[in-house]
Amino acid sequence: MEHIDFSLVDWSRAQFALTALYHWIFVPLTLGLSFIIAMMETIYVKTGNEEWKKLTKFWMTLFGINFAIGVATGIILEFEFGTNWSNYSWFVGDIFGAPLAIEGIMAFFMESTFIAIMFFGWDKVSKKFHLAASWLTAVGANLSALWILVANGWMQNPVGMHFNPEKARNEMADFAEILFSPTAVNKFLHTISSGYVLAAIFVIGISSWFLLKQRSVLFAKRSIAVAAMFGLVFSLFNIMTGDSSAREIATTQPMKFAAMEGLYEGSTTSPLVAFGILKDSDNPNAPNEKEFSVAIEIPDLLSYMAYMKPGVFIPGIRDLVHGNEKEGIMSYFEKIKRGHVAIKALKDYKNALKARKTDKAEQLKKMFSDPEFLNNNFKYFGYGYYYSEDEDVLKDNAHLIIPPVPVTFYAFHTMVGLGMLFLIIFILFLYFSIKNKLENKKWLYITGIIAVPLVYLAQQSGWIVAELGRQPWTIQDVLPTIASVSQVDTSTVQITFWLFAVVFTALLIAELKIMFTQIKKGPKEGGN
Amino acid sequence: MSLLALQEYWWIIISLLGALLVFLLFVQGGQTLIYSLGKTEIEKTMLINSMGRKWEFTFTTLVVFGGGFFASFPLFYATSFGGAYWVWMIILFAFIVQAVSYEYRTKPNNFLGQKTYELFLWINGLIATVFLGTAVSTFFTGSYFYIDDMNRVLWMGQARGLEAVLNPMNIALGLAIFFLSRTLALLYFQNDIDDEAILKRSRRQLWGNAVPFLVLFLIWFGWLLFVKGFAYDPVSKEVFLEKGKYWHNLLDMPLNSIIFVGGLILILYGLFISMVKESTKGIWFTGTGTVLTVFALFILAGFNNTCFYPSAYDLQSSLTIENASSSHYTLTAMSYVSLMVPFVLAYIWYAWKSISSKKIDAEEMNGETHTY
Ligand code: HDD
Ligand code: HEM
Ligand code: HEM
Repeated sequence: MEHIDFSLVDWSRAQFALTALYHWIFVPLTLGLSFIIAMMETIYVKTGNEEWKKLTKFWMTLFGINFAIGVATGIILEFEFGTNWSNYSWFVGDIFGAPLAIEGIMAFFMESTFIAIMFFGWDKVSKKFHLAASWLTAVGANLSALWILVANGWMQNPVGMHFNPEKARNEMADFAEILFSPTAVNKFLHTISSGYVLAAIFVIGISSWFLLKQRSVLFAKRSIAVAAMFGLVFSLFNIMTGDSSAREIATTQPMKFAAMEGLYEGSTTSPLVAFGILKDSDNPNAPNEKEFSVAIEIPDLLSYMAYMKPGVFIPGIRDLVHGNEKEGIMSYFEKIKRGHVAIKALKDYKNALKARKTDKAEQLKKMFSDPEFLNNNFKYFGYGYYYSEDEDVLKDNAHLIIPPVPVTFYAFHTMVGLGMLFLIIFILFLYFSIKNKLENKKWLYITGIIAVPLVYLAQQSGWIVAELGRQPWTIQDVLPTIASVSQVDTSTVQITFWLFAVVFTALLIAELKIMFTQIKKGPKEGGN
Repeated sequence: MSLLALQEYWWIIISLLGALLVFLLFVQGGQTLIYSLGKTEIEKTMLINSMGRKWEFTFTTLVVFGGGFFASFPLFYATSFGGAYWVWMIILFAFIVQAVSYEYRTKPNNFLGQKTYELFLWINGLIATVFLGTAVSTFFTGSYFYIDDMNRVLWMGQARGLEAVLNPMNIALGLAIFFLSRTLALLYFQNDIDDEAILKRSRRQLWGNAVPFLVLFLIWFGWLLFVKGFAYDPVSKEVFLEKGKYWHNLLDMPLNSIIFVGGLILILYGLFISMVKESTKGIWFTGTGTVLTVFALFILAGFNNTCFYPSAYDLQSSLTIENASSSHYTLTAMSYVSLMVPFVLAYIWYAWKSISSKKIDAEEMNGETHTY
């Protein structure tokens, strides 16, 4: 490794994580609530019942408050790729920039145009046109999710590209492969459905509060009916897609998978840990590796779950770092050395160009289209950044390629556990709603209310699994954070980090206060 | 299409987006005029609502401008954003606080208070215009950066981009854009709000904004004609300084020069009918003129073998549409995407026509539609 300022990398990561997690407080509600509102308005247009219009307008007010701050937190993320990850922006910008631009052209304009009709158009356009605008707002929001998640899916599992040594960057080779990569598809489906689950819980929670206070009872019951139905369908879908995401990760990001499961030693009969507490390993050769102090395990299940057949070997963290010859798993040490060859070839090529040794340069350049070199060396390009002449240092460096296991493990288990819980909550609400027995169920109302903070917790946990679990890669196996970061003074990034923390927190407090006030006011005649 | 043709096509799109963005900054200009045009609460409400229905377009255009630049010229994205860190961060903070202000300003229990949100709008109006103008000026004056053989960027400006203020010409353009945005806002209000008092005040303010704009812009432009520009050799790609480069560009690209002059004439005509004839339609002419003029300036910066993002530190590190662009494949794919743009513009137009057939007036503000 060349001289690397780890504190710069860490502060840049912290800033990205902070801003992304803030953005993600608001986005999932937009994704789901927009559809719930459109459904309520459809009932209004179909039945002509003014009560449903009131309902629509109440939820729309909350939607607008949430949307404004979603937009405020989103703009910064887009530009942060340039400001804080400028090497990244060049190295993969040829591929990564496209979905971002498409998102803007296709989705953001659509969303902001039709949202204006939603809010200002009630008395100005026909009912049908207004309804269409509400649906299009929802479609626009979900389209923006599509493109950004295609971008993110590509970072987790880079496909459809080739390396151009002349420009020292990766270039797009197949747009369709990027768009339809299984990682991108899973990510999109799981994430939007998680947004629908969140919105459904949000509506149920607030309606439960009205029921608890015995206010606007009919309004609350109607809202619950729509939300519970919507939530149940997508909660099932959410669990299914979460499961397929996990299976997908087992092949594309085995280290993330091992961290999610807290799997230290691989085997063909790995248990599924339903609940566990990790403790630090006392193995001096493996400082970042953990073991369980307490665990509730279901024998053999993990091996079965990951590949849908028994007896498949699942590598643990140790196998991945140290290699496992029997199972044909290459060690990180070997990958680092192989990647180093690729990085060196690129440097030699550049030096040959500088020295005007055209023949040598041509020869080196050709290597980058030689399948053997690509498969044996270039595939591990990113690992090469951890190279050191000194074997011991190299071995230490290999441990930097392990993500923070405890956080990933706990976040994953929190999300999955809560996912099951929400399914039960939707079933309960739907059951009592259909039987018309929602009256006087204090325990149910309280469950509904408590579920609201929990669903936000599940959301944040999900992204922590996805993003922390792939550390240190910004592009899996291709580019680590240390090689992505912009050369800015650490103190500068610290200042902007704290500015973001203060500004976003102030705006969040404002949002919450406004939101709670509007909820307390309740649905009023006309609304706005 | 050839790679060069695609690069030119994308520079045209970027220029168009940049031009639309500068025009749409009238929202920002308007935000600095709330107190001087609105003396009563209802007048202020009308002004804010008049802008509140448009601010998202400016915002989204900025986002798309950024995304489009990223997809088509990623090396610019890496260089300018990562390099001029403070400039962009300050601009972004100004937009962050704007985005919530319209929606939260008059909502009960809004934590920061109505005045703070109005202050946010004012800050956004001042910073976005002055800083964006200054940043665009560096397309002509250059910045201090070095790009190594792996295309990694090292920024040499001590103040992470803020050093641009050391060149008075950058400030001149920044201030020119500030006054331009206020001028456009005044014309826009005249056309969008049905209120005598606001109309009168906005007519009076027009002089104090249009004249400084014209003076500053002409100073900047006069300077541009004579300055040494950053040219490159089309064959060897070597960058060198050329006296009067931008003047030569005007001569070499007559069509673009016609657009430029035509734009200026429209700007002046719009101002003339508003100031002398008391017409309320000036925004259409001055607005269109702004788009054309700014568009032509961007073309001047990037075409005819000119470096669009020059490095004054190391000439050979300067960015050109040829060395900073995406690959042929990506530019082609994105070109297909760009075919959607007319369609997007069409539905925006249609949607807006359907809800703003009538001017904003006091009665509507007291009615039951969503107001800010
Ligand atoms: C309401 C929120 C919610 C709920 C209940 C669940 N998830 Fe989830 N999950 C998300 C919200 C989420 C998310 C925030 O949307 C993530 C973050 C990144 C992503 O792709 O989706 C995510 C990521 C995510 C990942 C990592 C994807 C990656 O790294 O690329 C896996 C493996 C799962 N989920 C699996 C599950 C399973 C098996 C669940 C079973 C109940 C589950 N999730 C419920
Ligand atoms: C809005 C939902 C998202 C949330 C909540 C989120 C959260 C996070 C978190 C927790 C980290 C880890 C920080 C660290 O320790 O390094 C991170 C890193 C990062 N994420 Fe995301 N992420 C989100 C979406 C995305 C998307 C859609 C992309 C790309 C299109 C993306 C790109 C990155 C990058 C570039 C980093 C920094 C590099 C790194 O540390 O790996 N994120 N994000
Ligand atoms: C790091 C990656 C991300 C970037 C760069 C990003 C960028 C942005 C930007 C620039 C905006 C403002 C758009 C406007 O002008 O209206 C925005 C809003 C939005 N983004 Fe993101 N975003 C990211 C992550 C995500 C993810 C992961 C999703 C969904 C899965 C998402 C969904 C949305 C939605 C629905 C909005 C509308 C505003 C809202 O309700 O919050 N974004 N985003």
